[in-house]
Amino acid sequence: MALKIVKGSIDRMFDKNLQDLVRGIRNHKEDEAKYISTCIDEIKQELKQDNIAVKANAVCKLTYLQMLGYDVSWAAFNIVEVMSSSKFTYKRIGYLAASQCFHENTDVIMLTTNQIRKDLSSPNQYDTGVALTGLSCFVTPDLARDLANDIMTLMSHTKPYIRKKAVLIMYKVFLKYPESLRPAFPRLKEKLEDPDPGVQSAAVNVICELARRNPKNYLSLAPLFFKLMTSSTNNWVLIKIIKLFGALTPLEPRLGKKLIEPLTNLIHSTSAMSLLYECVNTVIAVLISLSSGMPNHSASIQLCVQKLRILIEDSDQNLKYLGLLAMSKILKTHPKSVQSHKDLILQCLDDKDESIRLRALDLLYGMVSKKNLMEIVKKLMIHVDKAEGTTYRDELLTKIIDICSQSNYQYITNFEWYISILVELTRLEGTRHGHLIASQMLDVAIRVKAIRVFAVAQMATLLDNAHLLTGNMQRNGICEVLYAAAWICGEFSEHLENPVQTLEAMLRPKVATLPGHIQAVYVQNAAKLFATILKNQEGNTDSTAAQETSQMMIDRLPLFVQSANLEVQERASCILQLVKYIQKLQQKDVEVAEEVSALFAGELNPVAPKAQKKVPVPEGLDLDAWINEPPSESESEDEQPKAIFTKEEPKHSRPRHTEVDEKELARRREARKQEQANNPFYIKASPSSQKVYQEAPGVEHIPVVQIDLSVPLKVPATTPSHPTGLPMSDQYVKLEEERRQKERAEKKKKEKKKRKEKRSGRGKKHDSGPESEEDITPAHVVDIVTEEMPENALPSDDDDKDPNDPHKALDIDLDNLLETTARRPLADSEKLPVRSHRAAGAPKSSAEDGEAENATPQEPKKKSSKEKRDKKKDKERDRKRSKEEKKKKKHKHEEKEEDLLGGQAEEPVVQSEEMKEVEAQPTSTSAEVSDLDFWLSNAPVPSNTQEAATVAEAAPAPEAPAGTAADSEPEEPKDTETEESKSSKHKKKKQKKEKEEKEKKKKKKHHHHHHHSDGGGEESVQNGTVEEEEPLPPMSNYCLLAENSYIKMVCDIQGNLQDGSQVVVSVIFENKSDSFLKSMEFNVLDSLNSKLQRPEGSGPHDGLTVPFQLPPGVSNEARFVFTVQSIVMPQKLKGTLTFIVKNEDSSTHEKLDFKLHFTCTSYLITTPCYSDAFAKLLESGDLKSSSVRLEGVNMPFHHLLARICFHHHFSVVERIDSCASMYSRSIQGHHVCLLVKTSGQTVSIDAKCDEPTLLGNVLDEIKQTFSQC
Amino acid sequence: MIKAILIFNNHGKPRLIRFYQYFAEDMQQQIIRETFHLVSKRDDNVCNFLEGGSLIGGSDYKLIYRHYATLYFVFCVDSSESELGILDLIQVFVETLDKCFENVCELDLIFHMDKVHYILQEVVMGGMVLETNMNEIVAQVEVQNRMEKSELCNQN
Repeated sequence: MALKIVKGSIDRMFDKNLQDLVRGIRNHKEDEAKYISTCIDEIKQELKQDNIAVKANAVCKLTYLQMLGYDVSWAAFNIVEVMSSSKFTYKRIGYLAASQCFHENTDVIMLTTNQIRKDLSSPNQYDTGVALTGLSCFVTPDLARDLANDIMTLMSHTKPYIRKKAVLIMYKVFLKYPESLRPAFPRLKEKLEDPDPGVQSAAVNVICELARRNPKNYLSLAPLFFKLMTSSTNNWVLIKIIKLFGALTPLEPRLGKKLIEPLTNLIHSTSAMSLLYECVNTVIAVLISLSSGMPNHSASIQLCVQKLRILIEDSDQNLKYLGLLAMSKILKTHPKSVQSHKDLILQCLDDKDESIRLRALDLLYGMVSKKNLMEIVKKLMIHVDKAEGTTYRDELLTKIIDICSQSNYQYITNFEWYISILVELTRLEGTRHGHLIASQMLDVAIRVKAIRVFAVAQMATLLDNAHLLTGNMQRNGICEVLYAAAWICGEFSEHLENPVQTLEAMLRPKVATLPGHIQAVYVQNAAKLFATILKNQEGNTDSTAAQETSQMMIDRLPLFVQSANLEVQERASCILQLVKYIQKLQQKDVEVAEEVSALFAGELNPVAPKAQKKVPVPEGLDLDAWINEPPSESESEDEQPKAIFTKEEPKHSRPRHTEVDEKELARRREARKQEQANNPFYIKASPSSQKVYQEAPGVEHIPVVQIDLSVPLKVPATTPSHPTGLPMSDQYVKLEEERRQKERAEKKKKEKKKRKEKRSGRGKKHDSGPESEEDITPAHVVDIVTEEMPENALPSDDDDKDPNDPHKALDIDLDNLLETTARRPLADSEKLPVRSHRAAGAPKSSAEDGEAENATPQEPKKKSSKEKRDKKKDKERDRKRSKEEKKKKKHKHEEKEEDLLGGQAEEPVVQSEEMKEVEAQPTSTSAEVSDLDFWLSNAPVPSNTQEAATVAEAAPAPEAPAGTAADSEPEEPKDTETEESKSSKHKKKKQKKEKEEKEKKKKKKHHHHHHHSDGGGEESVQNGTVEEEEPLPPMSNYCLLAENSYIKMVCDIQGNLQDGSQVVVSVIFENKSDSFLKSMEFNVLDSLNSKLQRPEGSGPHDGLTVPFQLPPGVSNEARFVFTVQSIVMPQKLKGTLTFIVKNEDSSTHEKLDFKLHFTCTSYLITTPCYSDAFAKLLESGDLKSSSVRLEGVNMPFHHLLARICFHHHFSVVERIDSCASMYSRSIQGHHVCLLVKTSGQTVSIDAKCDEPTLLGNVLDEIKQTFSQC
Repeated sequence: MIKAILIFNNHGKPRLIRFYQYFAEDMQQQIIRETFHLVSKRDDNVCNFLEGGSLIGGSDYKLIYRHYATLYFVFCVDSSESELGILDLIQVFVETLDKCFENVCELDLIFHMDKVHYILQEVVMGGMVLETNMNEIVAQVEVQNRMEKSELCNQN
């Protein structure tokens, strides 16, 4: 043994270690690869040795080689060996290597499960830490499944170092094993309030990461995060939370409203730029999510823009960049606020940093207006000149085009200017975007009729000077513009000044060097041009000119007939033969021009690019069916290559056109429509197809506005001596200025007149200064305004979610889990798989095993005493914190009394104007989020929903004595009702916080007060939203049950939707005396219809132990479940509470009788209902109706509705003026529909229900409610 | 999420690479080359954010880097990370290296890649920020170094 060690260390002396390897590689710069391969051979030898130190050293070197790009996966098994060393040093090397080169398909990973598990439970925290770190990099679905439970246990480790790592790695586990999310989530949530800031930050991190992908599932955590945001001082945590809120606000505008103020405060107070920036970002997100502009929001925008300006003006390039980035987000919704900073953004275009310039460009896109477009583009053109030969220049080019063409050329007032800009852009050599320019030229020329004359002239010059553009033909993308030029000249040849010259230019030999598809256009358009020329010349009676032209065609075309490009060849030979024939005719003095030009007659209209997709398939048309018998062999060769020009097709179809019957026509029309949709520049040559087109639905609605003919279409010096050299666009800028000035002057005159005519001041609306947008009339009008779309077509609803996104699997509803454990409790199958030693071990025994790996998450194992102490400390800290908060809260409560019942009001929130918005909220909010709803609505709202929800949480956590002690702050009861709910709320809040801990504790201590917690846990007294969130008088459903000098009981009765026969009674016991109340027993005399649920084994007359004791002045709530058979009748149950009053010296036995009143209302459950479903329900005719009139009701209608909603568990379906329909459902599924109308002080309620008795009783109860007030 | 952390020198030689999602070795090298290409042509006085890398993660992907003397520290992150936050994190990481190596220079990273990894492991784990408090990081690293030392002493 000793010898071996000695041998080992001697070996090591001769081995290369990592440093030697690195040095060696550096010394062998010339033959590095060779040197490394010898090193790898050495490493292979080393790995064969038994000595773990040697192996570890070898693996360490491999890690280095991996970084250099060598595949070291062959050593995977050796890496596992090193990982399993007992020594930390080697283990760490092994895990590092594994984390660098293992992945899901590494097969040896299967072997590591047990090793990792062992390391996770190692007593040495660094072993655990190293294992967690390694695992985070190579966790596989199998590992995640097998180790999820071990890692979850580690989330409650005593060492924060382990806790934070365990929390973080859970995210990876969730990704690989989504089933673990639900069982692990409660603990993860608990870690949000971990005393260690590192752990807390890790938990925030993980939840943010989760929530980013599936935000809606985490909305319910908003209150918790809100609390963290207002309490945390850790900037990292704050940034994460604020970013998270940015993701949540789009889902819930009310959240945004709540956020604005604290965020604004942070913006004002923080010195950390990173935090400030994220705050601004989230405020922007909030503002975007709030569609309605509220006055205080414009202030927020101003604040944001102003802060961003500071960032952009900063010398720090990073801030500048981020400022611009955020600015572009504001731009989308509030362009006006950004536009005022145009100077700053233009300035950024001069920045030396390309990223910043690109950002600024992005911003410019949204900032242009009719007024400043020319100016901005002029600036950009200057930059284009400066940016010679960079990719930035290409970016500039595309941006210029984007800016000009956005929203259908909305901002272009002078298209001549735009054409000259495009022509100027063709000067750019080496740009990739020739095609873009070309398509713009085509688009403008086709769509803006008024510009065609000008465009054609420009294009002709372009063609004439083609040699300037095509210096380096093949790699020069700019020659694409010639394609547009040739087409425009051909199609609109009637506008040409000198067609013969242009034709000559199009048939130059040099053209043959252009790319094939451009040549093809040349040839085709030469023919069009030829037709035009013929027409002109025949009119002149000079037949020789016409014949000369034909001769030129015949001379030049053979060049193209020889083209290697099939398309060019085909077209050229067709046309050549045609011209030859024409020539023959000409020689016989036959007039041919008419017929030749008929070949190219007809006009064309643009079609929306998406139109094809939207064409509804006509009935009876099966697109998948074969039209002809399927071909026996593959005909793929026949498929045409993706042609750029499809314009030949209509010509082919034309001659046949007259022969086809109606049906055929319809079919073809369909086909053609689709064809056309494919090509926005589709050219319809045949007049009949044009007609067809105009029959298409909606075409006649295209507004074709008359063109302002006062605009001079000719620009001085239109034909510059050097078309590509002179920045013509500048002239237009000047011209445009003059035009506008003139217009403005005219307008002013008119305006003056107008104002004289009527001084009412209404005309001012459009007169927001002389520079206003509306003042500028465009010089040309784009003919197509809306894109052609088939009727009923919806905007694109393409699913852009990647089906392979791993996060999709994590779209798991956690609300249920969080808010109402009962709603969807963890099923057995959802528990994390647990390794068990004993095959037969029931879950119970495994829990008692006490071994870390055996505890299920639901049953936390016993902790060592030390751990317990730790826990206690934590708890104490928690308690202190919560106490402080409570105090704070109390102050607030005193400040705003009306808030008492309302929101938790733990933070100052803008309350004004909220109601209007809230009222507008649809009733669709689902029951699960009602708690969140409550939190979000800070208007005082019936506490019903919240209370119900908290009760649901409080109940399964029977009072722990320690908790009560902490609660014993003196709280003098003043006003019975409000005070009652207030104190209970304090408590509940606290309970909420400590709930998890308590739950654990309860289990740890084997608390015996189990009472009905099993049943109680099942309850969810979820209430739907109470819609009317208005400043209502405080309401509470808790009504007095009984009271004596010692104790006061108030109760609320709620049905249980899950179980049609259950009713839950929540009773708040309040100790009014100075003595200690204990051993409370709650008993009810069962009736035939209603029975108190008692734990198994107890007799029908036994009382239930109230699971807590009450120190003086304290109140607490317990819940009791009753089974009811029939719910159509109200009933009363007699009951007794017995308890022991304990003083310093004596103790007495006391009792209090009460009568529990089960109203029919308490069997109703607020259920939201959509109006259409509601209408259907009423139509169904299964419902019996009844009605009631209330006289002398003296309250606003919305108060009335709120009362019905609140006290009688209804929800408003629809409200129109003084009439509202309402809906509710009983626990046994009876529908109850109300139509409430009010006029003056009389309220009439027409009601329908499938159970008349129930309805009658409910109406009686409603009547009762209103008679009391 | 942080997708990858790359450290390379002014010539594009990798000094540490840490991918938080799997890429084969040749792809890793390609990413390093691309990243180097993008980063190296930028002046020192321009901003530290860069969009346009195409290899990792598609569109939701940003490079945040800092240039120290001969080394580039590049973090590839998605949009859930705060840009300025990551810049701070790089600073924290480098300062930590400086503390652990005492006046860190490129040579330290060249010869002690493993140690740099161990330090990084205390800062970022599985692509998520683990710790940002420098003292805490240094303390944890030192404890582990001591453990290593004592183990090696026992052996010899």
